Amino acid sequence: MNTTTSSNAKNSKTYAPRPRYVSVPSLETVAAWLLAVIWVFPLLYAFWAAFHPSEFMVNFSIFAPLTLENFTDAWSQAPFARYYLNTFALVTGVVIGQFIVCTLAAFAFARFPIPGKNVLFMLVLIQLFVFPEVLIVENYRIASELGLINTITGIGLPYVASALGIFLLRQTFKTIPRELEDAARIEGCNWLEILWKVYVPLAKPTYLAYGLVSISHHWNNFIWPLVVTNSVESRPLTVGLGVFSAPETGVNWATVSAATLLSIAPLLIAFLLFQRQFVQSFLRAGIR
Amino acid sequence: MSFTNHRKMQLYGALLLLPAALLLTTFAYLPTVTTVINSLFLPGFRGAPTEFVGLENYQVLFDDPTFWQVARNNLLYALGTIPTSIALALGMALFVNGKLPGRGFVRMAYFTPTILPMIAAANIWMFFYAPQIGLFNSLLGALGIPGVNWLGDPSVALSSVIVMSVWKEAGFFMIFYLAALQSIPPELKEASDLEDTSRWSFFWRVTFPLLMPTTLFVLINSLINSVRVVDHLFILTKGGPNNATNLLLYYVYENAFSFFDRTTAATITVVILVVLAVVATLKFTILDRRTHYQ
Repeated sequence: MNTTTSSNAKNSKTYAPRPRYVSVPSLETVAAWLLAVIWVFPLLYAFWAAFHPSEFMVNFSIFAPLTLENFTDAWSQAPFARYYLNTFALVTGVVIGQFIVCTLAAFAFARFPIPGKNVLFMLVLIQLFVFPEVLIVENYRIASELGLINTITGIGLPYVASALGIFLLRQTFKTIPRELEDAARIEGCNWLEILWKVYVPLAKPTYLAYGLVSISHHWNNFIWPLVVTNSVESRPLTVGLGVFSAPETGVNWATVSAATLLSIAPLLIAFLLFQRQFVQSFLRAGIR
Repeated sequence: MSFTNHRKMQLYGALLLLPAALLLTTFAYLPTVTTVINSLFLPGFRGAPTEFVGLENYQVLFDDPTFWQVARNNLLYALGTIPTSIALALGMALFVNGKLPGRGFVRMAYFTPTILPMIAAANIWMFFYAPQIGLFNSLLGALGIPGVNWLGDPSVALSSVIVMSVWKEAGFFMIFYLAALQSIPPELKEASDLEDTSRWSFFWRVTFPLLMPTTLFVLINSLINSVRVVDHLFILTKGGPNNATNLLLYYVYENAFSFFDRTTAATITVVILVVLAVVATLKFTILDRRTHYQ
C-alpha cells in the first residue's frame, strides 16, 4: 500500500542476525513464549478435540484414545467433498479472472495516455474501502438480476476487478524500463505481445504475492458467499462449515472440530510449508 | 508521436480498462449509488411507484434505539480491538525481532490465526465460551469458581467477541511491525548505547516514533476491519443476546435478509459508507503524505 511497507518487505527477506548489545532478560523470553503458547492453544485444542472421542473434550488425559471417527462423521454428515470442489473452483476462477482483468487495467494505467487517468485511478482505489460485502443488499439484487444467485460465478465475479490487484500491478509495471518495451517493439511485437512477453514475466513476484493473498482471502471469505448461495451445489467450505456447525443444529462438538480442521487443512498446510512466501505476500499486498 | 498514433493509444488504453470498468461499475459504483437512492425512498409495494421521502428514513433510523445500540457496540468493538491488537502486535514484533530461542516457532504461533477463516476461528472459540461444557467454565469449575455465561450474558458477550477478534488479528499486524523494525538502522542503537540510554527510553524516543507510519497503516486497516468483518457473529452470538453484540454490517444483513426491510438496510449501509469515507480520507490525507504514486 505505501512505499514504506513495500521497501520493508524487501528488508525482512533476510532475517539477518542483529548485533547484540545486551543479553535479553529471560523474563522477556518467558513472556514471548507464554504469549506464543496462548496464541497456538486454540488451534492445538481444536486438534485435541478432533482426534479424541467427545468425552475427552475437557478431560486432558494422555491416555485418551486417538480416533479418526470424528472426521468420518463430519465427512458423512455434510457434503464436504462438494464444498471442497466448490472452493477450489471459486478460488481458481477468481484468481485467474483477477490476473487477467487487473493486468489489463494496470497496463493501461501504467503506460497509456488515458484522459483523466488520475481521477479514474482514484475511483478504482475507492474499492479498497468499499468492498462487495459492504454493499451486500444491492449486490444481491444485481447478482439476482444477472442470474448469478447460487452460482460460483456469483460468489467470485464481484471480486474480479480488484483495486488491490490493479494497484499492485500498476506499481510493478511502472518500474519496468521503457527500453525493454522499445526493444520488443523493434522486434515487431504488438501491445498485447509486449504485455505478455515483457511486462507479465517481469512482474512474476507481484503475481505470486497477490495470488497468495487472494487465495487466502477467497478461501476464507464468508458473508457474501453465504448470502449469494442457497444450496450445496455452490456453497464454498466456509459457508458449508457455518451451516454445519451453527450451534442450533446441535452437532457434536468433536465432529465440529473435525469439520473445522477439514476446512482449514489445505490452507494451513500450505501456510506451514511456505510460511515465508505467505508472510512476504501479506506484507507486499498490505491488505487482505 | 503523431496525433493519430496518440489517439490510437488512447483507444487501446480505454479498451484495456473496459473489463475492469464494467465490473467495478456493476459491483461497486452502481450499488453504492442505488444504496444511497434507496435510503431516500419508501419501499414500493409490488410495482407501486416508490415515494421520495428525503431524509425521513434517516430520521426513523436515528429514532431507533436498536440502531444506536448497534452503533455503540461497533464503536466499543473498535475501541476494544484496535488498541489492544496494535499493542500486542508491536509487542510480538519486538519479541521475535530480538534474539529469542525458538524464534521461528514463536513467530509462526503469532501469525497462524491470520490465515484461518473467521468462521473456523469462531468455531474453535465457541468451545471455549460455551456455558456448561465449554473449556473456560470447566477450568473455572475445577478451581471452584462459578462459570461465566461468556456469550449469553449481555454485559460480557461483546468483550468475549473482542477477545477472539484480537487473537485473530494481532499476528497479522505484527508482520508489518516486524518488517519496519528490521529496517531501522542498527547505528541508532549503537549510538544510544554509547549514550547509555535505557532500552525503555530508546523504545519511546527512537523506535516508536520511527514506527509511526506503520502504526498509522495498521490503524487504518483495523478501522476498516472493525466495520467490515462480522463473520464470527454468525457462529458466536448472532448479534445477541438482545443485540448486545450486534455490529453495523450484521445489522444490515439482519434487516435485509431476516426482516426483509431493504430500506432500513440501505440506510444503515450509507452510515457504514460514511464511516469508510472518513477512514479513506484519513488514509489519503495523513498516511499518503509519505507515499508517492509516481
